Amino acid sequence: MSELLKVTHLHKEFGTNVVLKDINLSVKKGEVVVIIGPSGCGKSTFLRCLNGLEDIQGGVITVDGLPVEAGKRDITKLRQKIGMVFQSYELFPHMTVLENIILAPTKVQKRQKDEAVREALELLDKVGLSDKKDYYPRQLSGGQKQRVAIVRALLMHPEVILFDEVTAALDPEMVHEVLETMIALAKGGSTMLIVTHEMAFAKAVADRIVFLDKGDIVEETEDVAGFFNEPETDRAKKFLKTFSYE
Amino acid sequence: MDSLGIDVLFKGTNFLRLLQGLWVSIEISLISVALSIVLGLLIGILMTVDNKPLKAILKVYLETVRIMPQMVLLFIVYFGTTRVFGWDMSAESSAIFVFTFWGTAEMGDLVRGSIKSVPKIQFESAFALGMDKIQTYLYIILPQTIRRLIPLSINLITRMIKTTSLVMMIGIVEVLKVGQQIIEANRKVSPNAAFGVFAVVFLLYFIVCWPISRLATYLEKRWA
Amino acid sequence: MDKDILIEYLPLYKDALFLTLKIGWQGILLAFVIGLVGSAIFHFKVPVLKTIVGVYIELFRNTPLLVQLFFIYFALPKVGIQITAELCGVLGLGLLGGAYMIETFRSGLEAIPVIQTESALSLGMNDLQTLWHVILPQAISISVPGLLANVIFLLKETSVFSTISLMDLMFTAKDLIGMYAKTIECLFLLVVFYLIMLLPVSIIGAIVERRLRYGQFGD
Repeated sequence: MSELLKVTHLHKEFGTNVVLKDINLSVKKGEVVVIIGPSGCGKSTFLRCLNGLEDIQGGVITVDGLPVEAGKRDITKLRQKIGMVFQSYELFPHMTVLENIILAPTKVQKRQKDEAVREALELLDKVGLSDKKDYYPRQLSGGQKQRVAIVRALLMHPEVILFDEVTAALDPEMVHEVLETMIALAKGGSTMLIVTHEMAFAKAVADRIVFLDKGDIVEETEDVAGFFNEPETDRAKKFLKTFSYE
Repeated sequence: MDSLGIDVLFKGTNFLRLLQGLWVSIEISLISVALSIVLGLLIGILMTVDNKPLKAILKVYLETVRIMPQMVLLFIVYFGTTRVFGWDMSAESSAIFVFTFWGTAEMGDLVRGSIKSVPKIQFESAFALGMDKIQTYLYIILPQTIRRLIPLSINLITRMIKTTSLVMMIGIVEVLKVGQQIIEANRKVSPNAAFGVFAVVFLLYFIVCWPISRLATYLEKRWA
Repeated sequence: MDKDILIEYLPLYKDALFLTLKIGWQGILLAFVIGLVGSAIFHFKVPVLKTIVGVYIELFRNTPLLVQLFFIYFALPKVGIQITAELCGVLGLGLLGGAYMIETFRSGLEAIPVIQTESALSLGMNDLQTLWHVILPQAISISVPGLLANVIFLLKETSVFSTISLMDLMFTAKDLIGMYAKTIECLFLLVVFYLIMLLPVSIIGAIVERRLRYGQFGD
């Protein structure tokens, strides 16, 4: 399989504070990579760099062979290949669900409106929200909003989708519905990069686990079950321990 | 090309006269602001009192002031009072009266807003300590609103200074009027003096108002 | 009060009102456009232009409209810029109002969280598309009470137009008082006509503010 996303020697700092140091990672088409790590380890910043929302101080990020550079003119072209779903959903409050979803396809990709609407309704139906198409975001629950946000990202037909702690702001009973949606996507062959604190979900969905700590990739493995049973590094062990109660 | 009138300004006492004209506006503003702050504190506190008729009266007062151009109020007081009550109010007193009437309402509303922003429990805990209403306002509530009020009151000064430019319309000789007189007197020798004179008047207002509004913004940010 | 006098003067006041409204709405429209453009310049932090707009705001917020009008109407012709009194009114009101509108829009724009912009960018929108489709509609609806307050403020400010010999309400009142000394009638009509002009905007403002405070999109 071909490499879709490639990160080499990525270096990111805020002033004197180094957030990511010498990160190397490549993601193949159809692969689901889950990034875990303690708060403040730089995993969210990493995702933001991939989408050109943060400038980087060193290294190269490429998607489909094209370099991602914040602030460059053709960054918008590249972003169309990279979907992103945020922790706080970030639906546009002044637009209905349907308007939120078809905005970028019609305005950015200049697709026909009725075609975009048709596909939007199909996808909404898949996540069980077709009856909510004319609702405004504030009339939806958190879980519903997040599913809409996922559909909004999907309709751009991105090559890869970034998920930034998408269940962290949700009430526990709504986490499940969002994760189900993501698992369905993974099964459908989407390329996904997921930052999450849901370990059981990570275990279920990941093709590969990346453990990030203090701006470093400490452990990276395709033996997902093995990682959760017996990680190789002490730092990963210590981190996983914080999720269990004995 | 003829000069643009800068020379006219420095002829004789012209510039001094211009400054004196400016001072007329500033003096009226300062007196009105001082009165407005004192009366506004009172009106503002009254606005928070739970008394329906009182509230209604103050509401009408505030809305009247908000909706009527100051110029209209000025006309009513200056021309109207003489006619109706036979008062012979000077232009200066009319101006101070109107600007205080206006400033008190604005200040009152600011005071009301900042009192409302003090949590109710502060009143209750003061009452619980056995303080009466006046003591509560004096020692507990007003001190908490001061930081909010000072920048807003300073802002009121610039608004007042800008508004006092209107007094020219009721015959007070202030900076614009002096400017016109200077232009008129030098019509022959310097036909383009209007440019220099009015540009300088524009700048004079700016030089007076700008530092004051900067100060207000600075305090607002610092004490926010 | 003399009823016949009122009836006699009514048409004069009506004409004056129309003139005020004509200049008023054009000036306010100009202010609105300046407000949008100026706040966009701040939003995108356009170098040089940002500084120019900043200086413009300070200049026009810290001087009275009366003085601005005098400068435009009496001083500019001396350097070859001659405009009609009406255009001067529109320009003066527009420039004064623009300085306030920029601030109103700007605080509306600043109230929208940065992550909304980021989420639009992540959908591949460019800066202008993001501003136009996502940020501005939200910012404007936040700014509506402020905008209406500005409209009232500007309509009130039109009362200085008489100084550049525009026959507005103040001019008419002053003129009639000077000529026929029917002071009470003249002042009464003056108040009534300003109420006709300002009360509707003020009421709309109050309703909109209440709506915005208690409701949001989707009500």
